[in-house]
Amino acid sequence: MDRVIDDLIALGKGLSITFKNYLEKPVTKQYPEEKRDIPKRARGRHVLHRYNDGLERCVGCLLCQGTCPAGAIYIEAEENDKENPVSKGERHAKVFDVDLLRCIYCGHCEMACPTNAITLENNTALAGFTRESLLMHKEDLLEPEGSSTLGTTEYWDPKPPEDLSHRVPAQTGEFDGSSTSAAAVGRGDLDLNKAPKKPTRKEGDNA
Amino acid sequence: MEPILALELIVRAVIVSALLQLAFAMMTRWERRAMAQMQWRIGPNRAGPAGIFQPFADGLKLLFKEQLMPDGARPFLYLVAPCISLVVALTSFSVIPTQLGNWPFPVEGRSLFQIADIDVGVLFLLGITSLSVYGIVLGGWASGNKYSLIGSIRASAQMVSYELALGTALLSPLLMVGSLSFREIAQFQSGGAWLVLSQPLAAIIFMISALAETNRAPFDLPEAEQELGAGFHTEYSGMRFSLFFMAEYIAMITVSSVLVTVFFGGPILLPFMSADAFLFSESFFWYAFKILICMFCFIWIRATFPRFRYDQLMNIGWRVLLPLGLMNLAITAVGVVFQMPWWGYTIAICGAVALLYVGGKLSRRQESNH
Repeated sequence: MDRVIDDLIALGKGLSITFKNYLEKPVTKQYPEEKRDIPKRARGRHVLHRYNDGLERCVGCLLCQGTCPAGAIYIEAEENDKENPVSKGERHAKVFDVDLLRCIYCGHCEMACPTNAITLENNTALAGFTRESLLMHKEDLLEPEGSSTLGTTEYWDPKPPEDLSHRVPAQTGEFDGSSTSAAAVGRGDLDLNKAPKKPTRKEGDNA
Repeated sequence: MEPILALELIVRAVIVSALLQLAFAMMTRWERRAMAQMQWRIGPNRAGPAGIFQPFADGLKLLFKEQLMPDGARPFLYLVAPCISLVVALTSFSVIPTQLGNWPFPVEGRSLFQIADIDVGVLFLLGITSLSVYGIVLGGWASGNKYSLIGSIRASAQMVSYELALGTALLSPLLMVGSLSFREIAQFQSGGAWLVLSQPLAAIIFMISALAETNRAPFDLPEAEQELGAGFHTEYSGMRFSLFFMAEYIAMITVSSVLVTVFFGGPILLPFMSADAFLFSESFFWYAFKILICMFCFIWIRATFPRFRYDQLMNIGWRVLLPLGLMNLAITAVGVVFQMPWWGYTIAICGAVALLYVGGKLSRRQESNH
């Protein structure tokens, strides 16, 4: 009998907890109308970026395709027309397909990109009715003409050390040719007529 | 009986059934909303403002759903079982006095919703509610599914066990009132103490066994999802399932009505208030308000407690509730013989419970000393 009364008191405690919860505000977000703030570093759908003058950052180097662990990226590169270039480098991507059904959103592609052309942005609302609709082509991924952003680049972690001997091209658009040829990836937003401030270890311009 | 009177009764019965089904619909939505709130969710809120049309959407869905009947089923019993459940649930409501006087729905000075004001209302209600086990047992057995059968066997054992506790819990207040008519029980409490004040133990036992009688959580073993699929209604789909569902909720309303009428003064606004103190001192609204509080408790308990194990269920019924009920009955009987005032019962019953508590603690301490 004593146990029964002790148990009843315990049950009362349980009831008080649910009643306290009853008075709390729900944590539910009414999704399509009311969206949660996505963390700045969240990796959503890919975006292909442009330089300020409207040229594409992507130079068709295939590094992202090579590093992609899921094999989600397919690129066909093409030589740039000298008169009417598409990108700043020697080549540009004629075809740039990302299969969102294969992609695991690991972010290796944005890490590998020497020109900061591809980043994973905050668009996480990815759904489609067909497989084809989830195969993103270059037109779908490229940011609209006239806009030039660096996307989530500034939130990347870990940040490069301050006292780095060369600058990280992904963040500056400046490229020192230390890891691959500057002719291949172009010189970003730098004025082509101006000489580089500091001669770097190996200039590969004439390669 | 004159034909016009019979017609009037039929019309009233139809109105009450329709209102009960509306109450059932609103109850399902309220339950989902309240339970969601207790879990920090929102619950159904898409169909209409705050989801008030959700039950109608659900009802339409169930109406248009295909009604499957398993090959192994016994067709007649399979079809008749949900009807038994629903008819029993609707019938038992007919003796509840939803108001005592003329406001606001009088028919010949009685409540519109009380179809039959019979002298043995409590007995009638107990008899009819014990029929409800037939709906469940026949439904489970006739489905030809072993999980349904286990569910219905659990249901029958559970309902038979808890009916005893329910009966003893009701007997004590009935002894004090000296009548089996719900109207007289309600009138007994007009101007005096509500019976919950003089019979607190009986009220608690009644509440617990009422949960078990209506197969509500934490006593919902007959439909334990994790073990039995959906229990006795596993093989029912569409409208046939919804008849079972409806019966369960209407039984909840009926059981709350009994609790309110017997222990909480029926339609009277406050304890120690006379039924004719002022115009609305008793009315259908107070009764409905008390029912809503009871319903909230049903939801609240469901959202809080996990389901009992089967041996725990039987232990509570036979080794706790029934002896306590009998003790309560004995104390009340002595009190009635000596014509105690209402607080005499309270003191005697609380004293006995305290004695049991202290005695239990002492004997346990002695055991641990050995």
